[in-house]
Amino acid sequence: MSKSKINWYKYAAPANFYPLAGKVLPWFTGLAIILFAAGLYIGFFVAPPDFQQGNSYRIIYIHVPAAWMGMLLYVLLAIYSGLGWAFNARLASMMASAIAPTGAIFTFLALVTGALWGRPAWGVYWVWDARMTSTLILMFLYIGFISLQSSIDDTRRADRAGAVLAIVGVINVPIIYFSVQWWNTLHQGATIRLGSRPSMAPIMLAAMLIMTAACWVYSIAVVLARLRTIILERESEAPWLAEAPALQNNYAVE
Amino acid sequence: MNGPSILSMFRWVVWRDLLLAWRRRSDVLATLFFFIIIVSLFPLGIGPEQELLRTIAPGVVWVAALLASMLALGRTFGNDYQDGTLEQLMLTPQPLYLIVLAKVLAQWLVSEVPLVLVAPVLGLQFGLSQNTLAVMTVSLLLGTPVLSLIGSIGAALTLGLRSANVLVALLVLPLYIPVLIFGAGAIEATVSGGEAQPFLLLLGATLVLALMFAPWATAAALRISVE
Repeated sequence: MSKSKINWYKYAAPANFYPLAGKVLPWFTGLAIILFAAGLYIGFFVAPPDFQQGNSYRIIYIHVPAAWMGMLLYVLLAIYSGLGWAFNARLASMMASAIAPTGAIFTFLALVTGALWGRPAWGVYWVWDARMTSTLILMFLYIGFISLQSSIDDTRRADRAGAVLAIVGVINVPIIYFSVQWWNTLHQGATIRLGSRPSMAPIMLAAMLIMTAACWVYSIAVVLARLRTIILERESEAPWLAEAPALQNNYAVE
Repeated sequence: MNGPSILSMFRWVVWRDLLLAWRRRSDVLATLFFFIIIVSLFPLGIGPEQELLRTIAPGVVWVAALLASMLALGRTFGNDYQDGTLEQLMLTPQPLYLIVLAKVLAQWLVSEVPLVLVAPVLGLQFGLSQNTLAVMTVSLLLGTPVLSLIGSIGAALTLGLRSANVLVALLVLPLYIPVLIFGAGAIEATVSGGEAQPFLLLLGATLVLALMFAPWATAAALRISVE
């Protein structure tokens, strides 16, 4: 870190991070659009239909990346809010608040696409499969975090309370996952398992990886955009923002 | 060291909360009757077939216990927060971890133990065998302290908020899921002639984990909420 030319601590201050985020935001947005277009094109037109499931399998190009992002963003959320709490870093806490809605939406998307895929593949929209159940619970955790933060007016308390909840949740995620998995095997509800899927053709894998990258870049872009509005909202009294009316106008135009 | 010793402080907090609960007996009874009514509603909604009732009994009893324990959570810190006692307790030199543990113990004794005692009677309504009733009581005895411990985190986080009661359900119920699975699983296993012990052991493990970590998280949450 000492050899690095970038002073990372500088960008922990919202006043310095705000313009930086504004500068990189168009790049991430553009990249996300390109990746989504490429991934969807390969997924829909280049990749062949599955020999068992026909064309309905193509929903996995959005389903699998969404499920990954849902889980990953929850861990990131816990890390950022924990950092914000431990080091009193405002920006990290704001980052956590900015991540939460995106994570919840991806988890929701994973559930909906999973249900839509399940209908042609399994014949039912929903089975109490271990993965589906734990994804559902993950969405409850997101909703808990968001509603706790939004019902506390004092932002300092909201950040810290959210951090406690996120950390308790992250410790609980593996316990919940294993308990659900065990419960599922004992009840023997789902007869069709996701794990028995045949290995993928390289072109399908490529499409899925591109879509995963697209979801990553999209998340970064959306989180940065949301972070910028959160900074504007919370720092509206701060001198750096009051002295720079150009920034506010800029925001208004956007 | 100034002030009372740690142990006498612990005893004092528990005793005080028990005394307060005794003077507001109706609160305690309301939780208990809530539990009884919820459990009794299920046969009315589902039908009186003995076989079916026996199958759903574990889940019904545990879900009702979860909901009833939610009702009591607000009281753990709520009254003390309003009259300022909580602030005084947090200013004492004794560790907050211990004070939290004492309050949770009192809360468990007041709101959960009556449920555990009355549950076998409700189990009889569902036609459970004597062996199953015993397992149910043990599983509730092991599981309900975990509910109180995890619930105290939620209660501390939502202290003094407008919609605290609804919010606490949203925060705490997903975290209750492992307890529900292990607890209902133990009863279920005995109903279907299986082995209940692994479930009870897992419940015990959850209890140990919760005892170690939950009061710590609750203490952190209290410090955040009372500033």
